[in-house]
Amino acid sequence: MAIETMRTRSKPSSPALLGRFGPYGGRYVPETLMAALEELEREYEKARRDPSFQRRLDELLRTYAGRPTPLFLAGRLGRQLNGAKIYLKREDLLHTGAHKINNCLGQALLAQRMGKQRIIAETGAGQHGVATATVCALLGLECVVYMGTEDMRRQELNVFRMRLLGAEVRGVESGSRTLKDAINEAMRDWVTNVRTTHYLLGSVLGAHPYPSMVRDFHKVIGRETRKQVLEAEGKLPAAIIACVGGGSNSIGIFYGFLKDSSVKLVGVEAGGCGPALGEHAARFSGGLPGVLQGTYSYVLQDAAGQVANTHSISAGLDYPSIGPEHAWLKHTGRAEYTRASDQEAFEACLLLARTEGILPALESAHAVAEVVKRAPTMKKSAVIVVNISGRGDKDIGILREHLDLNGSAGTLARERDGVQ
Amino acid sequence: MPLCFRQQPSLVAYVTCGDPDLATTRDIVLAAIEAGANVIELGVPFSDPVADGPVIQRASQRALRGGTTLAQVIGLAGDIRQQSPAGLIIFSYLNPVLQMGLPQFVDRLSQASIDGALITDLPVDEAADYLEAMREHGLAAVFLAAPTSTNRRLKRIADASSGFVYAVSRTGVTGARQQFPRDAQALVERLRRYTKLPIAVGFGISTAEQFSSVGAFAEAAVVGSAIVETIERNPGKEARSVAEFVRGLLAPRS
Repeated sequence: MAIETMRTRSKPSSPALLGRFGPYGGRYVPETLMAALEELEREYEKARRDPSFQRRLDELLRTYAGRPTPLFLAGRLGRQLNGAKIYLKREDLLHTGAHKINNCLGQALLAQRMGKQRIIAETGAGQHGVATATVCALLGLECVVYMGTEDMRRQELNVFRMRLLGAEVRGVESGSRTLKDAINEAMRDWVTNVRTTHYLLGSVLGAHPYPSMVRDFHKVIGRETRKQVLEAEGKLPAAIIACVGGGSNSIGIFYGFLKDSSVKLVGVEAGGCGPALGEHAARFSGGLPGVLQGTYSYVLQDAAGQVANTHSISAGLDYPSIGPEHAWLKHTGRAEYTRASDQEAFEACLLLARTEGILPALESAHAVAEVVKRAPTMKKSAVIVVNISGRGDKDIGILREHLDLNGSAGTLARERDGVQ
Repeated sequence: MPLCFRQQPSLVAYVTCGDPDLATTRDIVLAAIEAGANVIELGVPFSDPVADGPVIQRASQRALRGGTTLAQVIGLAGDIRQQSPAGLIIFSYLNPVLQMGLPQFVDRLSQASIDGALITDLPVDEAADYLEAMREHGLAAVFLAAPTSTNRRLKRIADASSGFVYAVSRTGVTGARQQFPRDAQALVERLRRYTKLPIAVGFGISTAEQFSSVGAFAEAAVVGSAIVETIERNPGKEARSVAEFVRGLLAPRS
């Protein structure tokens, strides 16, 4: 790839090397945004080293968001699968119902420090939008959330929640009217209002420093999990499993175990409804390295470099690229990536609801689907931790459309008929 | 030298290639040159044009529905070169260039006798390899300078640029504005400290009055969305309408 030689030929001290994970990452945006990204990087570095910033963030994570979240032994699920012992990291119990608030609190405090009173964000499933609207209400910041109109339709409840919290939700009609298009529109807003506005990006995507900064705000998931699993089991888990859209919840939990080489790190992408381009969002099976929305990573695209449409029943995973650090973790073999189909996610969602009384978000249900496949093949003494990154209340509309609860559990009439 | 701005302001005209189809784009470009455009920016349609406003977004979608690719745009530029010595610049987002491969890209540009390129989402910080390849082939690498660029950045941009520097008149995406911003002149003045290259001012210029006012402080003005919108509004007579529009823009200058 041209870009790899681009990197290797740069001097080691050159700023072009900042924000790189191997060849991946970087900062590919129109010039208008470059100064703002440099400022953000500088201010974030200062905040990171400022004990008062960290104190304030920790306090809000504890007293407002509800950290630490529990690590729960899913006994009935484990017995049913008849294999490894399964723990659930309960990020779904956080305020607003998903891990997203970890990053939103961090970035909103940073925006306040930088004197930016206007916050913009994109959202897919609506979880990041709700978390952003929430912290903006908490800190008294103006909030505009961009959301594809297809996602607004399938995540209607979250649209109402954001408006209830005082945010303005702007529907995006371009492209596939999903997360990618919402990010395009947020970037266009930012390029226009960059002097007064902070773009509160919701995943480990985009130009440097976002992938590192968002990861740092989610590392708390992995830190807590490591401590909790050692307390509960006296040993490290065999595997950590998490779903990967942009990849923020997964990178957060992976980071706690990155140096523990015995711990398998497994990311689960959206397999959608088929293997063809346009039917899924599995970037590592079908994607090629490329640049989308500011960063160099795997991108689902055609031979001419046009970005492909994606499909997933889960709006939060329905995105054609993946965080650049995941591309590097895949490249080095430190993490492995697999996929779960729409149907497997529905079934896993129902299974967790009925064995443990926990309704996971459809995003997180993809990770549970991998547990369903993997746990039975493992020894009973082995331990798996799966990150339940969000709760499923927001998905009730979609679940109702797809599940026939009068029939047997997991009757997926529409899926079977090939309707997306 | 094709990239030469004799009149002030010279007109740099942008078109989205393949809108409505490549044959029409060729006619439009030749008509625009005939009407007085000095340099043509041949826009490569991209699925995710984050720097563009609604007009160029729509044009890109139309061009992509017709299957327009970077390779085809370079082919078209080669055809135009056979018929005109006017300046020709490929204007693209980075990803199509990466998929073609940088060595292929510069080879094809140079074989088609195209003057240079501007990659919207490739800032100077990430451009080391690109610059080397462009220089090896004697191709002009045009970079954007923005009102938000610090002086330190402007110096880097000036040092990296060849052909001309594209000064973005305001923060925002492409598209017409009623009021031409004051940011532009201040930016051009700051840029002059670092470069002797000609400066083209772009974003938001759509009227003859705005166009000629740029002549007071810059060598050239870029007109894009207004031309693309003229194409959109005149199906079947695109080339003629663009020629008329260009003559109207240039009227106060002559």
